[in-house]
Amino acid sequence: MRWLKHGYLGLVYLLLYLPIAVLVVFSFNASRNPYRWQGLSLEWYARLWDNDALIQAAANSLLLASSAATLSALIGTLTAIALHRYRFRGKRVLNGMLFVVMMSPDIVLAISLLVLFILLGVKLGYLSLLLAHVTFCLPFVVVTVYARLSGFNAQIIEAARDLGASEWQMLRTVLVPIIFPAVMAGWLLGFTLSLDDVVVSIFVTGPTFEVLPLRIYSMVRLGVKPEVNALATVLLTLSLLALLASQYFLARK
Amino acid sequence: MKLRAPFRTGVVALIWAWMLLFVFLPNLLVIAASFLVRDDVHFVRLEGSLQSYARLLDPVYASVFLDSLGMALTTTLACLLIGYPFAYAVSRLPARVKPLLIFLVILPFWTNSLVRTYAMKLLLATNGLVNQALLGVGIVEQPLRMLYTEGAVIAGLVYVLLPFMILPLYAVFEQLRADLLEVSSDLGAQPWRTFRYVVLPLTMPGVLAGCLLVLIPAVGMFYVADVLGGAKHLLIGNVIKNQFLDARDWPFGAAASILLTLAMALLLYAYYLSARMVRRRSGDDALA
Repeated sequence: MRWLKHGYLGLVYLLLYLPIAVLVVFSFNASRNPYRWQGLSLEWYARLWDNDALIQAAANSLLLASSAATLSALIGTLTAIALHRYRFRGKRVLNGMLFVVMMSPDIVLAISLLVLFILLGVKLGYLSLLLAHVTFCLPFVVVTVYARLSGFNAQIIEAARDLGASEWQMLRTVLVPIIFPAVMAGWLLGFTLSLDDVVVSIFVTGPTFEVLPLRIYSMVRLGVKPEVNALATVLLTLSLLALLASQYFLARK
Repeated sequence: MKLRAPFRTGVVALIWAWMLLFVFLPNLLVIAASFLVRDDVHFVRLEGSLQSYARLLDPVYASVFLDSLGMALTTTLACLLIGYPFAYAVSRLPARVKPLLIFLVILPFWTNSLVRTYAMKLLLATNGLVNQALLGVGIVEQPLRMLYTEGAVIAGLVYVLLPFMILPLYAVFEQLRADLLEVSSDLGAQPWRTFRYVVLPLTMPGVLAGCLLVLIPAVGMFYVADVLGGAKHLLIGNVIKNQFLDARDWPFGAAASILLTLAMALLLYAYYLSARMVRRRSGDDALA
């Protein structure tokens, strides 16, 4: 029974990691043929480095993901605080709308925003991408921060207010420090979602601002390209490093 | 109290404005567009019509819709069958290895899903590694045609979406009290009966949540169908994307999107009903 269980776990992990392992190994392949191993080479990394359009797209993606994550972390945190602390009209409707955004398929959100941008005459590019990405990241930040807010003892807040702190002082010195890890987690989630998004971006992107996933999409749609292997390996390494760094900082807190 | 009111008003106004402008209004526009007529210059002409909905009934599109739903459901079932025993097995391991094992499930999620889809393509191609392995071992004589089939699309979807199934299942298994299983077997229940009447009802919320988290993205991930299914095996997402970006038929794309939304809303409602039922039942007997 025991070996069966462990064997099964091993098999699932193998399935999860085999494709990624193949990508990484073949990124060092000397051959143009993506299926036959012909010795070590860094050729594809060199090509990657020379591909200016790709580097530009990667830079654009990082800019977009960090700004979208920051903006949605900011608005999402404020929203979570409002939903948790204040009573206001239409709170249930607002909750419902956030839930709808989280649960509706990306493609539905994407076309609705495309129609909006065209109608309002918003030029498709960085701005339209930013607005769209913030919109689909928001609910995830709200949920993450709200969970943290409901998890701690609300009497701390009452105590701060009773001791004479203004609402603003209380927010700054008590509430924000407490929820800060959740805000960071929300930021990280938004950053990942934004960096990974293909479905929404393809609709609201414009010729002036190309993002990495769409660049990769046009590369892999037709045939296989060894440069993509090298790119995937670089991305994997970067996200691993980012993950380790975030774990390190969270553990130190 | 001085700052409370302006701060509160400001925050509430900001989030309301954002949701109205970027969620409510756009969806209203899509609904409106679906009842209009396509126009080559301005995308839509202000002329009421039900022709887009009528076209959805066209056997060509109806079959794409059903096929796509079928692929998404098969993907969900496959994820459940792989993920359920997996989440159970991980949850029964010693506490010190569990975080690492779950971290290893989340890690692929951090690689771009497009890149992972591409990795599947490398494996499944006619001269790809799976075929090379099968030929090498001698299981097959001719390379199998795996790429550009419905199976390839489903395999890609399962690969990309599996973590979304495993995580909620793991969460419910973590909360499943081991003593309940002991009680059940002490009272003479066979393992199958314990599973059927204790484990399954208690883990149902995780099953339902996981199924939704897999099913909802699965209908829309047009790039998986593009890369692994070629032009033949389309998802609803491909149809909507083609109408908006290639054919420029907004009303038809909008109608397809509304049909998709309705189908998903129905599923969410079913989820809500069954979750309520599970809560009531588990509240009554299993945890009493």
